[in-house]
Amino acid sequence: MLNDTICAIATALSNSGISIIRVSGQDAVEIVDSIFVNPSYKHILKSKESHTISYGFLLDGEEIIDEVLVSYFKGPKSFTSEDTVEINCHGGVFVTNKILDLVVKKGARLALPGEFTKRAFLNGRLDLSKAEAVMDLIASESNLSLKSSVSQLRGSVYDKIKELRESIIYEIAFIESALDDPEHISLDGYSDRLLEKISDIEKNIEKLLRSHNNGRLVKDGIRTVIVGKPNAGKSSLLNVLSGFDRAIVTDIEGTTRDIIEEKITLGNINLLVVDTAGIRETEDVVESIGVKYAIEYAENADLILYVVDSSKALDENDMNIITMLKNKKSIVLLNKQDLESKVDYDELVKLVPDSLIIKTSMLNELGIEELEDSIMNMFTLKEIDSSNEVMITNERHKEALSLALSSISQVKNSIELGLPEDFYSIDLMSAYASLGSIIGEEVSDDLVNEIFSKFCMGK
Amino acid sequence: MGINTLVEEVDICVVGAGHAGCEAALACARLGLDTVIFTVSVDSIALMPCNPNIGGSSKGHIVREIDALGGEMGKNIDKTFIQSKMLNVSKGPAVHSLRAQADKSEYSRSMRMVLENQEHLTIKQAEVTELLWEECSSENDTNVNKRIVGLKTYTGTTYLCKAVVLCTGTYLKARCLTGEAITYTGPNGLQPANYLTDSLVNMGIEVRRFKTGTPARMDRRSLDFSKMEEQKGDDPIVPFSFSSDPDAIQKEQVSCYLTYTNEETHKIIRDNLDRSPIYAGVIEGTGPRYCPSIEDKVVKFSDKERHQVFIEPEGLYTNEMYVSGMSSSLPEDVQLKMYRTVPGMENCKIVKNAYAIEYDCINPRQLYATLRFKNILGLYAGGQFNGSSGYEEAAGQGLIAGINAALSCLGKDEIVLDRSEAYIGVLIDDLVTKDNFEPYRMMTSRAEYRLLLRQDNADMRLRPIGHNIGLITDEEYEKFLEKKSLIEKEIDRIKSINIGAAKENQDILVSLGSSPLGKSTSLAELLCRPELTYDSIAPFDINRPSLPKAVIDEVEIEVKYEGYIDRQLRQVEQFKRMEKKLIPSDIDYDDIDSLRLEARQKLKSIKPVSVGQASRISGVSPSDISVLLVYLSSRGSEK
Repeated sequence: MLNDTICAIATALSNSGISIIRVSGQDAVEIVDSIFVNPSYKHILKSKESHTISYGFLLDGEEIIDEVLVSYFKGPKSFTSEDTVEINCHGGVFVTNKILDLVVKKGARLALPGEFTKRAFLNGRLDLSKAEAVMDLIASESNLSLKSSVSQLRGSVYDKIKELRESIIYEIAFIESALDDPEHISLDGYSDRLLEKISDIEKNIEKLLRSHNNGRLVKDGIRTVIVGKPNAGKSSLLNVLSGFDRAIVTDIEGTTRDIIEEKITLGNINLLVVDTAGIRETEDVVESIGVKYAIEYAENADLILYVVDSSKALDENDMNIITMLKNKKSIVLLNKQDLESKVDYDELVKLVPDSLIIKTSMLNELGIEELEDSIMNMFTLKEIDSSNEVMITNERHKEALSLALSSISQVKNSIELGLPEDFYSIDLMSAYASLGSIIGEEVSDDLVNEIFSKFCMGK
Repeated sequence: MGINTLVEEVDICVVGAGHAGCEAALACARLGLDTVIFTVSVDSIALMPCNPNIGGSSKGHIVREIDALGGEMGKNIDKTFIQSKMLNVSKGPAVHSLRAQADKSEYSRSMRMVLENQEHLTIKQAEVTELLWEECSSENDTNVNKRIVGLKTYTGTTYLCKAVVLCTGTYLKARCLTGEAITYTGPNGLQPANYLTDSLVNMGIEVRRFKTGTPARMDRRSLDFSKMEEQKGDDPIVPFSFSSDPDAIQKEQVSCYLTYTNEETHKIIRDNLDRSPIYAGVIEGTGPRYCPSIEDKVVKFSDKERHQVFIEPEGLYTNEMYVSGMSSSLPEDVQLKMYRTVPGMENCKIVKNAYAIEYDCINPRQLYATLRFKNILGLYAGGQFNGSSGYEEAAGQGLIAGINAALSCLGKDEIVLDRSEAYIGVLIDDLVTKDNFEPYRMMTSRAEYRLLLRQDNADMRLRPIGHNIGLITDEEYEKFLEKKSLIEKEIDRIKSINIGAAKENQDILVSLGSSPLGKSTSLAELLCRPELTYDSIAPFDINRPSLPKAVIDEVEIEVKYEGYIDRQLRQVEQFKRMEKKLIPSDIDYDDIDSLRLEARQKLKSIKPVSVGQASRISGVSPSDISVLLVYLSSRGSEK
């Protein structure tokens, strides 16, 4: 398995302003080149010399995800001795994970515990005295990741995956027993039945993938965006929220945009709060970029905190913001209660019928407790583990689920193309194995056991 | 009173003349080694004591592989079959499987003739009772502590030899059970071998006890086939052997018949379970799940209202009919009552009772994939003795064990087929690597690269290996190379011919149930469409050469499934990489602290030869494998 391309976040997300995503293996350059452009929008990485750093943008399709520095180390002069590319991006959980996601989509595989070090060692980069340490590292990281992996799978998810696997292996066993004993077990009309069953399985996996999103809320924090017109009190809100003996885990300032991201712990809940540029129609180029980012962030947010300056009447800019709240969880903060109100409360309720409205004053911290309680009620999340390990494991779960999903659609495809039944079981088996990797179960002799226990074979 | 002090000296002794023993002995003799094959009865050479057929799903693949390597089974069934069928033709090419009904006594007689006429081979009717060995060690393999020097027969004769191949089948301490009646015999009432087990145990070999069973044989005249469905053979017949001429083997075929058990049958069985040796706990051996007795089927699948029963002829010159699907160890009176509830069998007369048989065999994890005992130079094993089941599985192992015994005597490198090369490779790797608690039967689902391991391309996979070993003649090899080149040329040809989007082409496509062309398309691309075949695209291919069917089949499969085949080929590359990482025999797993305890214990007991094999041991995790890789690499660079 050496030589395939692996990737991982190389920096601890919580402690640094810059995150590094490391990609190593024969396709490392190819993969990163496909998503990286220089400022003139040219894909240039492949033409770069080893040990150079390039400045540019990371793209997801047309969209710029981040402004990055990309270092290129041609093997064997790299940590792993393989072609290695490191993407230095602006830290912060969204962006870093999104880039990692993209690298995986382009064909890299999430690295196994200790895998970079293992490769470095096997490729002769580490000296012999390190062997012991490398082995310990692999063993301990894999224990840790298993532990956090299992702890991730609370109750129902574990059961659900087990259930899905059982129904998949049943179908494989049926196909296989019919292939092994065609005179006793017939596959006539089976593909229609299978199509129905796997459509159901497909739906369930999709549901699990969506629920991964909730799992992310627990670990990475609720992506919370503070929006509002300039000077409505957004930054004060952030300061107040982070000021009550609460840990500020990161404080990362974007370089070209007026966006601040903070990790705040409220009781048991992590909030990943983004303070945005005030939103208003503007001619100023720099400011308009900030506004654009604010809108984008709001679109991707789990929760929008909309700060309204109650001392000023609502205007067109407020209306623009209100349209952003549609289909989103949101709380409207009617701020500056210490000043005379120019906003009609009832009118506001009509404008934002789905939002909770809380009267606040940042100056004397009025309404902050109510805000906290409301957020905690909105996201009834209990245990929380924000350590780095859990997140990687979680990404791995997601990767495995996505793989299972694509195997299942391959089965559908084969059925629609009218391919023979034995082809179905190849992809069903991949789906079974992918799901198994989530709950730490290997395939081994499951199939043979299932065949014998569920189907009556001949002779 | 005198004592027999006769001493013979040969190269190789093969113990047992069943399907494994025959292949082993023929391979040794054909490679020029002076070989003796021992059997308790010369009349039971290549005996088929259970089902009267060769092949079937995945087993047919093994027969083709044996043939491609230069074994005898395929040729022998082509000479003696009385019905032939390709199974699974409506499914993918990987699971097409040939199965032939054999004339049992003809099969046995024909194989005996081949053995009798084989140069360097001697047949000896004698029971082998003891292996002779001495202590030794090997520089290259620290597992080795013994060497075979010969064996002794019941009559006291000593055979000195360089290698022994054990193919004792179900004969070791065999006992047969029909209800309360127990006989201490081998299959079909033959003499068992009661002494050899003790000699093996004295050598430190781990022995276990397995069981299997066979149904009754009926007198054909007592059956009413009008109440059953007739099952005919294929036309045309496809031969097993790559050396057989398809035209020369076409013949009149006999039929099999299908009938069913019913609720009455099941009630009789349930009412008498206490008299079944298995359910009464008399049988201690572990039976196979895939070949359950009718008692097992009725108990385990109680919701099934009926079970299929195939009535198959045992040969052309006998009235005996095999009752497939109803093996049993119930007492004779219950058997008769039970069989007589089945439509068409109301007046049946039993020629031979169904019985279960128990026998000694070994834990095959004591063997390398070469089928040599890890600690004993010169001792090889194949067939049911290794805990497998089935004639074909036995023959495949016998062939490999024989080849390797011979190669070792010749001082040459032994061969191992891996899981990407052959079902035989999968079979042996499973046996020597995995937990196995019942007689092992091959199944297509056991092969992870089955799109590559097809029965149609067994020659492409294995002919060169067979030729290299010396079991495939130059003439046969030339024939193979010619076929291979025809296939390659034809694939190139249809990839290079393009069809335009002209109206007449579109019309033909539509009439074939296919969609019109968007742009110029090669014949090969057309062939990739599921609804089209090599035959059906003939109208686009006016200058098509005339080719043998085997070549056309191969071209069609290789082109049609290219995408899937490529995918598996890429997986094989990764697989091979791990197989090539060898583990030295003197590795001390206790020295590797980071290995988990379970993994360490498993590795110590199984002693895998490669990291690939280690990764297939249950209880060895991917991180254990990583640890092992690091350890091996640090060790490697120390030297």
